[in-house]
Amino acid sequence: MLSIGLGHYLTVSAILFVLGVFGIFLNRKNIIVILMSLELILLAVNLNMVAFSAALQDLTGQIFALFVLTVAAAEAAIGLAIVVIYFRNRGSIEVEDVSTLKG
Amino acid sequence: MNWTLILPELVLALGGLVILAAGVLPRRDTSFAINMAVLGTLLVTAVLVLSQPEGVAFLGQYVSDAFTKFMKLLVLAGAALGLLLAMDWNVKEGLSRFEFPVLLLFSSLGMLIMVSANDLITLYLGLELLSLSLYVIAAFNRDSERSSEAGLKYFVLGALASGMLLYGSSLIYGFAGSTNFGRIADAVGTTDGTPFGLVVGLVFVLAALAFKISAVPFHMWTPDVYEGAPTPVTAFFATAPKVAAIALLTRVAAGPFGELVEQWQQVLILASLGSMILGALGAIGQRNIKRLMAYSSIGHIGYALMGLAVASEIGIRSLLLYMAIYVFTSVGTFAVLIAMRRNGRALEGVEDLAGLGRTDPAMALGMTVFMLSMAGIPPLAGFFGKLYVFLAAVQGGYWTLAVVGVLTSAISAYYYLRVIKVMYFDAGTALDPRPASLSAVLAGTGLFTVFFFVFPAPFLAAAQAAVAALLG
Repeated sequence: MLSIGLGHYLTVSAILFVLGVFGIFLNRKNIIVILMSLELILLAVNLNMVAFSAALQDLTGQIFALFVLTVAAAEAAIGLAIVVIYFRNRGSIEVEDVSTLKG
Repeated sequence: MNWTLILPELVLALGGLVILAAGVLPRRDTSFAINMAVLGTLLVTAVLVLSQPEGVAFLGQYVSDAFTKFMKLLVLAGAALGLLLAMDWNVKEGLSRFEFPVLLLFSSLGMLIMVSANDLITLYLGLELLSLSLYVIAAFNRDSERSSEAGLKYFVLGALASGMLLYGSSLIYGFAGSTNFGRIADAVGTTDGTPFGLVVGLVFVLAALAFKISAVPFHMWTPDVYEGAPTPVTAFFATAPKVAAIALLTRVAAGPFGELVEQWQQVLILASLGSMILGALGAIGQRNIKRLMAYSSIGHIGYALMGLAVASEIGIRSLLLYMAIYVFTSVGTFAVLIAMRRNGRALEGVEDLAGLGRTDPAMALGMTVFMLSMAGIPPLAGFFGKLYVFLAAVQGGYWTLAVVGVLTSAISAYYYLRVIKVMYFDAGTALDPRPASLSAVLAGTGLFTVFFFVFPAPFLAAAQAAVAALLG
């Protein structure tokens, strides 16, 4: 019988983290996808925190995870607000169009 | 004990909430009163920081000592000067909404919490309070395409940096068994052979903090955001948040990970070399002066990091002095950039400074002083900042850092001198008269830059006390 240990949780969360980072850098389509990738990264972190918390028999990790959830909500709100004003000015949220500033 | 120790933060937080509530009340044009209220709150907080008792509060989550006092005063000075620079600009650009000073106040609160953090959770919350406020003020000119693009870029990359910081924190927590800096130091110090996960976590945290101070290779957001954001916001970005992030980086490196010095030293040496070189070369072809200042700030962060990379007491002392000098010189430079207006329109090109030597000799003299100071010409303040850092590197035997530092300062002198040449030797028309607040900031920072060599002793003594407290 296969038992699920700390290593499995850490592997899943590492995969999620890498997926999130690649989602930001390889994505050429839409800014909303970037916001989703950011959430994926935070999800990986929370999974890590909770897994460590359980393995260490220590509550700090779970408290940290709750703080991360709270701040992530605020961050998503601000991120979407910025995307909305950007769309209003520019009329597009394609990643390729975010290129007025360069040099 | 806990509550008296966090009194400055408490006053700042409550003051911010009261001012926010007052701003929402339906009254006509309260922005001037609100600016003054925020300045007053920052001032009161600075006085409270000076009289703050030293110690650890909330089960070791929060620390106050000579190091935090030094950094907090610098942060508050940067924030207050940033607000002074912004007041007149916001009125002229039609941006004088009460949210701006309030957001600036909350970002200062975040910075104070960061500086005093002694636990990964406190660190994260302080950093996020700062970052969330900064995302909004980067996009503060919401009808401008460039400002909203700057906000968007800063948000995406800043949130990625926060994610990396958190991932690193989770690994550190898992392998050290605690989020407290003291307990992490114990875990790093006692185990024979530090767990690999702890080193990986440290690298993630270092990368995230390098993002916040815009050190190479995490600098790519800086030129775009500096160019796109409203100029006073750029001035603020270049000063206070960098001081706070440097303070945090110093505490994390010297405190919990003091035993892992070989691991973080390599990373910091590379970041320092890269930032110095990129800062010197990247600015050469720039025509937009805000972009030029962005590369210049990357270079300055490289010099400052050199102080931390040599990992010695005098190294960290020179880092603190460098940051103090950098804040005042850069605020002065941005005061000139904010005063660049012709017929009511804000200007950003280097060539728009043409003729300033004849049309406004006082401001041209101020800009000359700041440019020479940034290039490191004696006897101006910037020269001493660089001198201390290079001395620390030479004494530690880090010749590569010192030699590259001297070479890149010589290269960067080219673009600083080009600004001076444009002001005095090119022909141009007069700028609009500058407001009194900018003149005051210019005069204050200019006098500091020129006369620093007369009174370096109190600054040296304060920095020495701060380092002694940090290294305990």
